[in-house]
Amino acid sequence: MPKFKHALVKRSRMDMFAQVIIYIIVGSFALITLLPFIYIFAGSFATDRELIERPFFLFPKTISFNAYKYIFANGDIFRGLRNSLIVTVVGTTINMFFSTTLAYPLSRPYFKGKKALFAMVLVSLLFSAGMVPNYLLIANILRLKNTYWALWLPGAINMFNMLIIMNYFRSLPQEMEESAYIDGANDLQIFTRIMLPLSAPALASVSLFYAVNHWNSYFNAMMYISDRRWEVVQIMLRRIIFLTQSISSETGVDWGMLGEPPEKSIRLATTVFAVIPILCVYPFIQKYFTQGIMVGSVKG
Amino acid sequence: MGTHTKARPLPKSQLSLVGPDSSPWRREFSAHGWLYIFVIPGVIYMLIFVFMPLLGLIMAFQRFSPYSGSGPFGAFIHSEFVGFDIFRGLFTGPDFWRVLRNTLAINISSLIFYFPAPIILALLLNEIQSQAFKRTTQTIVYIPHFISWVIVGSITFQMFNAQDGILMMLIKQVFPNMPNVLSSPKAFIPMLLGQSMWKETGFGTIIYLASLASVDPQLYEAATVDGANRWQKLWNITLPGIAGTIVIMLILKLGQMLNTGYEQIFLMQNSLNRSVSDVFDTYIYTMSIVNGNYSLGTAMGLFKSVVGMFMVIGSNSLSKRLGSSGLY
Repeated sequence: MPKFKHALVKRSRMDMFAQVIIYIIVGSFALITLLPFIYIFAGSFATDRELIERPFFLFPKTISFNAYKYIFANGDIFRGLRNSLIVTVVGTTINMFFSTTLAYPLSRPYFKGKKALFAMVLVSLLFSAGMVPNYLLIANILRLKNTYWALWLPGAINMFNMLIIMNYFRSLPQEMEESAYIDGANDLQIFTRIMLPLSAPALASVSLFYAVNHWNSYFNAMMYISDRRWEVVQIMLRRIIFLTQSISSETGVDWGMLGEPPEKSIRLATTVFAVIPILCVYPFIQKYFTQGIMVGSVKG
Repeated sequence: MGTHTKARPLPKSQLSLVGPDSSPWRREFSAHGWLYIFVIPGVIYMLIFVFMPLLGLIMAFQRFSPYSGSGPFGAFIHSEFVGFDIFRGLFTGPDFWRVLRNTLAINISSLIFYFPAPIILALLLNEIQSQAFKRTTQTIVYIPHFISWVIVGSITFQMFNAQDGILMMLIKQVFPNMPNVLSSPKAFIPMLLGQSMWKETGFGTIIYLASLASVDPQLYEAATVDGANRWQKLWNITLPGIAGTIVIMLILKLGQMLNTGYEQIFLMQNSLNRSVSDVFDTYIYTMSIVNGNYSLGTAMGLFKSVVGMFMVIGSNSLSKRLGSSGLY
């Protein structure tokens, strides 16, 4: 039973009861969130036999490293992780370059082209040509299939993220910029030496959003990357988990029509490999995303 | 360099580079030239990846054949124009209405069942007095937001597949007649909602918790002094305090009624549940990218974009009329 910090008035029995119920509901939700991760982690160290015999456990009876041995020997997963890392790092760099350079002029009240530029941004926000024209542009006209440019360029600017950065630039105090002007600095120097460093919190949040998006997305990679050598980890995972037992190709997966899929522990261990990178960076990024959402909710 | 009294918009040091009679644009450019260089990447990006695809919308009015002309743009010029035939076929055929119905069914269920989830969790979290418990819970429930749909799908698959999925086995023991979650059309929407709730409820609380934190604590103190109980405070202080945020989130959601998370749906779709799982994006992908019927997919995408645009504009002006600032 938790201790109440401020007992302004004596709490009634009803109130105590409500408090307990709230703790139970919230606690169970946290548990439901956590259990699948624990099960998958535990299962990846279990033998396939145990996975079939015991329906659920949080710790395997016999610890087996077979799944990991197989994964290490096979080595595919490291290629997938490496590819995803390249896509994420280069992609996020491209995103940030395009987004900050567009956001800065838009944030300056004295920039003359602002209205026209805003009109373009608004069109991008409100209207999209849709999947097919975009696909034909990337695949047939620009011929970017089976290159990572197909994953980097089409989404180089997410307009919502760009607007977050723009709002942050706008909110910075003008005095520094003015004194830099007096000292003879030009806009490039002001941008790189004053505005960008001052905006570090917003830039960190936005790069986080971009990076998580790159790491997690699979649909574009599925459309544009067919060469196995360039397969990203999400595609690899999808192939291993969903398609190994399927009779058809990319378009349909028939679960339940075929028998027991082989090597469940390998599937679990592969999932672990795809989750681990996110869980490793999560503690470091946690403080930025709350901040990012708050920055984004400030309207310009 | 001399001394300057007024720094902006035009520093005098840079003013002196051009004559007093030069045009305002030249003066502007010499003072803020870098800003015009900065916009170049963004403008080129928008021209190529936002505006150029708009030209491709011509396919919706053609019987487009990608091999009918030479060069990258030949096919767009040489394909036969058919006016509104593609749209006529679309609106009279059965597929369009099925896809529209599925999309709306998914989004309306999600509005009813998924939308309130983060609000409820935020209200509950707000009632918790142990800061350590609250913070630990928040750390845990935010995690799934950063997990990809492929992983969420694979977890669902491990838990619910008919052979050895642990949760499916438990459900079958209690309700022997329960349909298979992964393959039954009946279970498709509940499964999607369950996934969305598991993945996004926690993260969705952030915005409401911030709104809750901005409610004036003096109101609660006054209410306590007046002898109000927990429920009275909830109804009379807390909910009115976050009503504005709830309305904004609701309007945002209404503007997206034709959009579904297609990464999620595409992953969970299979030939057994296709009757309820085909939504605009998955249908367009299958018809156009896989089967090569580009005109049909373009027409359907155009319909979705136009209706979607009016819904966003409409919901934005609605939110402005309700007194909030709107989105743009």
